[in-house]
Amino acid sequence: MEIFTSYHHIISPLGFNSEENYSAVLANKLGVKKINFGKLNNLFCLSVFSEENLNTVSQEINNSHLFTKLEKLSIFSIQQVLNKSAVSLTDKKTLLIYSTTKGNIDLFENQLPNLISKKRMYLSTMANEIGNYFGAVNKPLVVSNACISGLLSIIIAKRFISSGQFDNVIVCGGDLVSEFTVSGFKSFNALSVNPCKPFDAKRDGINLGEAVATILITKNKNLKTNSSMNIVNGASANDANHISGPSRNADGLVQAIQNTLKNNSEIKIDFINAHGTATPYNDEMESVAFERAALSEIPANSFKGYYGHTLGAAGVLETILSIEAARHGQIIKSAGFETSGVSGKMNVVKEYKTQTINSILKTASGFGGCNAAALFVR
Amino acid sequence: MELIITSYCKIKRNTIYLEGNKIISSNSENPSYFFAEAYKTLELNYPKFHKMDMLSKLGFLATETLLSIPKAFGTEFLLRNNLNQISIILSNHSSSLDTDRIYQKSISNKDQYLPSPATFVYTLPNIVIGEIAIKHKITGENAFFVSEKFDAELLVNYTQELFKEANTNAAICGWVDYDDANYEAFIYLVEKATDSIKNANFKALNQTLLNQLFL
Repeated sequence: MEIFTSYHHIISPLGFNSEENYSAVLANKLGVKKINFGKLNNLFCLSVFSEENLNTVSQEINNSHLFTKLEKLSIFSIQQVLNKSAVSLTDKKTLLIYSTTKGNIDLFENQLPNLISKKRMYLSTMANEIGNYFGAVNKPLVVSNACISGLLSIIIAKRFISSGQFDNVIVCGGDLVSEFTVSGFKSFNALSVNPCKPFDAKRDGINLGEAVATILITKNKNLKTNSSMNIVNGASANDANHISGPSRNADGLVQAIQNTLKNNSEIKIDFINAHGTATPYNDEMESVAFERAALSEIPANSFKGYYGHTLGAAGVLETILSIEAARHGQIIKSAGFETSGVSGKMNVVKEYKTQTINSILKTASGFGGCNAAALFVR
Repeated sequence: MELIITSYCKIKRNTIYLEGNKIISSNSENPSYFFAEAYKTLELNYPKFHKMDMLSKLGFLATETLLSIPKAFGTEFLLRNNLNQISIILSNHSSSLDTDRIYQKSISNKDQYLPSPATFVYTLPNIVIGEIAIKHKITGENAFFVSEKFDAELLVNYTQELFKEANTNAAICGWVDYDDANYEAFIYLVEKATDSIKNANFKALNQTLLNQLFL
């Protein structure tokens, strides 16, 4: 059974749909900017929505005062995919998977708006509110698996379709930049004050970013689009090594990649979209994994230099940008990369170039020692 | 392919049940004390336990109960299944919200601004999967689902699909929820019904059974 990607949508500080976002990264525009954030009287390099952005979104939503910031952004994004595809969440065979790490975490910091209860901090309550907006008949499923949530949700969607339980799965990934996450990553000394530099010798930490990205996964051939790619396989694996540090020998990521590529050796991979957070340890681990998996020569990039780390949205956002790059036959350069600063051999892309892309390997890794990989083919 | 539940554990209201039998019970109303007592009684001898947040402690205690009492069963489970083919699939209602509240307190007062990385790392629900994986070097598939209630259909369908893909030979699955001193864990082990373990008193994995055992 062929299970493939279909219509998709991204809303981020770089654009209000997938096309705008793709054009932005193609033009080397960065969403990450140095700003003063929250009560922490410090400059941070973050990619955040403006008030104006949010007002535009609110105007597109019925009764927008009943929804939180993340719910509005998510409803906006899901709405576009439902409109374009004519798929409906009122259909018993359609499921909504919501990928997030922290959901409505900003409700801790901001005074609760009228009519919004603290219960919305429960991820399932938040997802139900989003589902109810579209009259969803199936309770939305929340996947919260640290930084692999987005990619893992796409793999899970494929599995649920393959099991026969659903025909269509809308995967929506979203997370906000909050004092909660900014202070947390800062306490780890993991934040860079400059635009982050994945895989570069001068990389010194991540930027955080906010975004919501939505993609339809389906087996319905009528929903094939000119960007559709088959999800050939996907896998996750755990390092079983440390809860907050990646494994030195990259065992977990290697296992996820090998399980994904197993039985698909005839497929030549044209492009790798790595996780590439720009922390010293993560990028080093990934480079070791790619070398061990004999993928050193394949052009690879990270989108974190444009968007920062969008946590639960990242895997969905980056998959969409990668399949758009494949549709256009373009390789997007890895923003922030000049000189390799990792020990494993990798072919990190420094310049934009035109190249046929028929297959993509997408990877992700996160806290809790989790790793994921998926193979997409045109 | 027939999948069976080869053991299960439940923790609620200061009591640990193994396959329905009460094995540890305490009068302590405080979950911290109860978890510490249980850790001692189970003779776990794993100092990292004391660094864990409540959600991880709860999931860890339930898994250790399965794999350490009787020791022979746990050892066999880990020996007859490759560690890289054991998947850990957990779910709950409250994500890591209990620890999120503790972390938020540490940053809400600007004069006593003490964000701790040791707390922050636990503000993700899948860390409990990492803790279980680390203890036994289990490196298979992971997923953490959040749902309003225990969702047997979801867990059964997903587990069956994982076993079909051949990277999974066994699974540690269930529910582990901790929210403001209310808690509940239900962890069960899934394996293939091979000839060598088929004849024992194991139960076929299905939704009805899961819902019965969860109650």
